[in-house]
Amino acid sequence: MRIVLKKRLTPLPLSRHLIIPAAILVAAILGIFLFLWVEVNPFHAYIEIFKGAFGSPYNFSEVLVRATPLILCGLSVMVAGKMLIWNIGAEGQLVMGGVAGAGVALFLSPHMPAHMVIPAMILAGFLGGSIWGLIPGFLKARFGVNEIITSLMLNYVAIFWLEHLYFGPWRDPAGRGFPGTAILPDLSWFPRFFGTRVHLGLIIGLAAALLIWLVLDYTRWGYEIRVAGANIKAAQYARMNITRNILWIMVISGGLAGLAGICETAGIHYRLQKGLAVGNGYVGIIIAWLGRLRPGSIVLISILLGGLMVGGDQVQINIHVPSAISLALEGAILFCVLGGQVFQDYSLHIRFGER
Amino acid sequence: MGSEVLFIAKITITSSMAVLYATIGEIFTERSGVLNLGVEGMMLMGALTGFAASHSFNSLWLGVMAAILVGGIFAMIHGFFSITLRVNQVVSGLALTLSCIGLSDFLGRPLIGKISLKFEPFNLFFLHRIPIIGDIFFTHNALVYPAYLLVPIAYVFLYRTRYGLELRAIGENPSAGDTVGINVLKLRYLYTFIGGAMAGLGGAYLSLAYTPGWKEQMTGGQGWIAIALVIFAMWDPIRAVVGALLFGFINAFQFYCQAAGLDIIPSYILRMLPYLFTIVVLLIITKWEAAKKRVGAPAALVIPFEREK
Repeated sequence: MRIVLKKRLTPLPLSRHLIIPAAILVAAILGIFLFLWVEVNPFHAYIEIFKGAFGSPYNFSEVLVRATPLILCGLSVMVAGKMLIWNIGAEGQLVMGGVAGAGVALFLSPHMPAHMVIPAMILAGFLGGSIWGLIPGFLKARFGVNEIITSLMLNYVAIFWLEHLYFGPWRDPAGRGFPGTAILPDLSWFPRFFGTRVHLGLIIGLAAALLIWLVLDYTRWGYEIRVAGANIKAAQYARMNITRNILWIMVISGGLAGLAGICETAGIHYRLQKGLAVGNGYVGIIIAWLGRLRPGSIVLISILLGGLMVGGDQVQINIHVPSAISLALEGAILFCVLGGQVFQDYSLHIRFGER
Repeated sequence: MGSEVLFIAKITITSSMAVLYATIGEIFTERSGVLNLGVEGMMLMGALTGFAASHSFNSLWLGVMAAILVGGIFAMIHGFFSITLRVNQVVSGLALTLSCIGLSDFLGRPLIGKISLKFEPFNLFFLHRIPIIGDIFFTHNALVYPAYLLVPIAYVFLYRTRYGLELRAIGENPSAGDTVGINVLKLRYLYTFIGGAMAGLGGAYLSLAYTPGWKEQMTGGQGWIAIALVIFAMWDPIRAVVGALLFGFINAFQFYCQAAGLDIIPSYILRMLPYLFTIVVLLIITKWEAAKKRVGAPAALVIPFEREK
């Protein structure tokens, strides 16, 4: 038996719009087996997920809260991906952004004017992530070291550093052994809106998406990045400075993930604690590729997956199904989209017998 | 002093086994032209399956076999996407790892904290009586010893057999291989399966021998370290041993410092060491290869094969 792909003469009609819904459907069908495996009524579980995410305006506001770091992490992976740089290190960059921003709030905020605190934290968050992103960027640009592995290894280093800080020198002296820093001073808390937990971070995320879209699509530098991603030889031939562009792209990519870190810290937790590194950087990889490296789509996908994650937390609370179901389903959706993109242009033929 | 060196040497061996299995497996996969970044995920599924199966069948070896099988099956997902559908191998591999992290966490929740069987160390025949060497190499658990055979077999297979030649051929120049009648796609599937099976074995080593039990993401990045070691090893099984032992040594050093209560190096730095070490090693090898103007990677790595019409 052989499976052969044949190029279609014309792409499947409407397929461009149907891929993601179809992928979600297929992933949901796979999910049915997962729920059955743990002896939970799958339809009950899916209704709970949907209700948990979209059942009330407040639930939906929680989806936006969950989507905030996802948007920034998705953009982080996407910006690097435009140049075919694989930033698998958004998780660590997020952590370092949170650490840098929280450091400003904890130790520098008493010494600066009140209205400067939040801007300084945002800047510190961006820089913290940038520096962490620059390490694999520099190793890649200068020595050609595989950035997939270096950026990923730095995730572990960043998480150990974070743990060292909140278990050690930054631990709350009044916390009776609670593993975390002291609560940040309240002038460093991001403003929240409409009586929900939706905070300044969402605006930062949306603004970042808009800015990246404009820069990449309408500036000369954005053009250079896209050329380098599409055809590195052409970019070299046109005397574009690849090394410098890799460094810049990793500064931005790391910075965006760092922003996600400070948004989570100053918008939700108000302290450094275990909940900072919960895998947003990894989900960012899924989001960037589901969004086909387009900022607008990344925002939409982030909200969608944010819904899945809020719903996943809900089923954990209500019917005691591990919330890890959301990551498993997200992975399945990504596989289905990857497959779907192939079937858009190719058809599959199964042949029996030899050749 | 002597006993300390012995302690470190023994732990170096036991700490390097999981990455060693995974690295050798990935070498075979990549040699055939397929890059599978799913190693971390397949290891996790192997660790979970090994633990769960040995728990329910009450048999360690059934657990190991189940882990090998499941590792291979999950590799076939990547195989289907990257070999048949010809999607981007990096994205497909990452998708595999992320799916497996979620899946293993989801399925493994009820097993956290459960105690199962584990492979106990034993002395191999009379070999442990050889002074020093015997103590270092032949006083381990049953999942360590197969590696001693596996490495030479992998080496001979790769460089001294027809199958090895075919494997190297399809990774360097699949079209040429196809012309002489090698079934490129079939072999790529086969070696992708083998890579996954070995990653599964590495995972089972962790959950049944090294740190018995199941915990979410218990591989702690060892799958990624294996991928780095493939580059370090320049796709060569013997050099993979050197890399794995180096990794094991860093771990053993960490254990030693903790066990001996040495606080010259703070514990968080010790925990970072394996990851920092991987980055440094990768940097050195990349610079070295660049200086020698040599490319170690199989020429057709990451490039899907399609027969020209």
